[in-house]
Amino acid sequence: MRRFGAFHLAALVAGFAFLYLPIVALIAYSFNASRLVTLWGGFSTHWYGALMRNQPLLDAAWLTIRVALVSATLATVLGTLAALALARYRVFVGRTLFSGMVMAPLVMPEVITGLSLLLLFVAGDVERGYWTVIIAHATFSLGFACIVVQARLAGFDRSLEEAARDLGATPMETFATVTLPLIWPAVAAAWMLAFTLSLDDLVIASFTTGPGATTLPMRLYSAIRLGVTPEINAACTIMIAAVAVAVIGASLLMKRDALAGR
Amino acid sequence: MSTPVPRSSGTGRGLLVAAIPYLWLVAFFLAPFVIVLRIALSDAATDQPPYAPHFPGISQLGEFLGALDLENFRLLGDDPLYWQSYLSSLRIAALTTLIALAIGYPLAYAMALAPKRWQGILLVLVILPFWTSFLIRVYAWIGILRPDGLLDMALMGIGLTAEPLRLLNTDTAVLIGMVYSYLPFMVLPLFSTLQKLDGTLLEAASDLGATPLTTFLTVTLPLSIPGILAGSALVFIPAIGEFVIPDLLGGSDTLMVGKVLWNEFFSNRDWPLASAVAIVLLVVLVLPLMLLQRARGQGEGSVR
Repeated sequence: MRRFGAFHLAALVAGFAFLYLPIVALIAYSFNASRLVTLWGGFSTHWYGALMRNQPLLDAAWLTIRVALVSATLATVLGTLAALALARYRVFVGRTLFSGMVMAPLVMPEVITGLSLLLLFVAGDVERGYWTVIIAHATFSLGFACIVVQARLAGFDRSLEEAARDLGATPMETFATVTLPLIWPAVAAAWMLAFTLSLDDLVIASFTTGPGATTLPMRLYSAIRLGVTPEINAACTIMIAAVAVAVIGASLLMKRDALAGR
Repeated sequence: MSTPVPRSSGTGRGLLVAAIPYLWLVAFFLAPFVIVLRIALSDAATDQPPYAPHFPGISQLGEFLGALDLENFRLLGDDPLYWQSYLSSLRIAALTTLIALAIGYPLAYAMALAPKRWQGILLVLVILPFWTSFLIRVYAWIGILRPDGLLDMALMGIGLTAEPLRLLNTDTAVLIGMVYSYLPFMVLPLFSTLQKLDGTLLEAASDLGATPLTTFLTVTLPLSIPGILAGSALVFIPAIGEFVIPDLLGGSDTLMVGKVLWNEFFSNRDWPLASAVAIVLLVVLVLPLMLLQRARGQGEGSVR
């Protein structure tokens, strides 16, 4: 009775056009020879060259990548531990508070997370910069990492762990040789998610950073406030390309992993 | 060496596994909130930045509590700027949710009906924009909506409008940006509910003589309510506290709490007031959060 008809095709085309046309336009105009964003002056890679000579922007990009690498790793370790604790141990003291604290950052407005962490750093008289941004990012992406790993643990066959323990493996050995290899795809996906969340963040980084630690989104944001230029379009295009490659690469990796696991 | 440990004794180790993330969250999530509350209740005049709020020992607790006052919250109630910005945030978030539902429902419905081999790709296509930077997606709309931007060029090119629409820096631009950014959050839960819909129920309805429209209104729509609620909450909740979109696409008269909080903090440097704004925003969010929790419960219940 439910047939895929012309109306449904139209809904799909209209919906995806809305989602993708703005991005396509942004990419197209990064190759515009004219400085005027509205006028098409012919194809040019001029703005990419200008980008490569923009040292403050390159510094910001490198800082952002380092922050994302460290904070994603921290968030994945903490999130995986949290997921294990929540999935394995149904009852422990303060479990409700714990699960509340893990999930809260998922729905917390970024301005509040940023403000509260900044006030903490000020109260503790911590010098703000690279490390405070890392702590802030790890804290808010921990919950996302936890959810991804938890989903994998839900379908986990615990008899495998019991077999390992019966054969004399210590809890650590069991975790390293049985549990971790089995939940590995979810851990990798959690890391990817935490990494992109950190790369993307403007608001929390603006609150928690200090002098000398300006991230790429912060630089882009101040550039955008000054006006639209093809150079910003070029920077955005490179970021979009990087994310697309990473996402496609990760999904291929997971597919291979899933095939090998059979 | 090791003796097999029965599972029931795992609680101790559970605490150990939980301890590290637990302590992290207490230090970097719970403690900051206590500080926000403490500063929201302090006096703007005595607590000018840069300053470090010091927590008193038990002996000075009485003195400490005496110094707390509700002045900042009173200010929030007295100055129409603040409560108007909360109302305006709620209005924009509600409109965003409705428009996202109007666009997202047909899209999710069509995706659920599409041939099985397309569905995986369609799903990735919905998720992919979520992975690209939020800032980039908002920036893309500036190029489209600005005077003589792409939208004006297109509309004037085909002769629909004679002069620039001047959409950028208006509430309309904010709405467009919000719907665009949050649409995937609406589509994903709707798709998963609609996909699980039992086709035999629809056949039964039409066998009994219902028209496609009646079938949709009496069978499909009621059964997809958990997806509608979950999607709406996922759009509505982050939309209320949004800062980047109203700041970049909105005008100087666009009032939203996220922007007010940011300005109090970065421009006016009034930290106690910014903290009070944050506390009230959290209270505003409690109700939609409870709805989301209920929608999740219903969603799990309907899987059976």
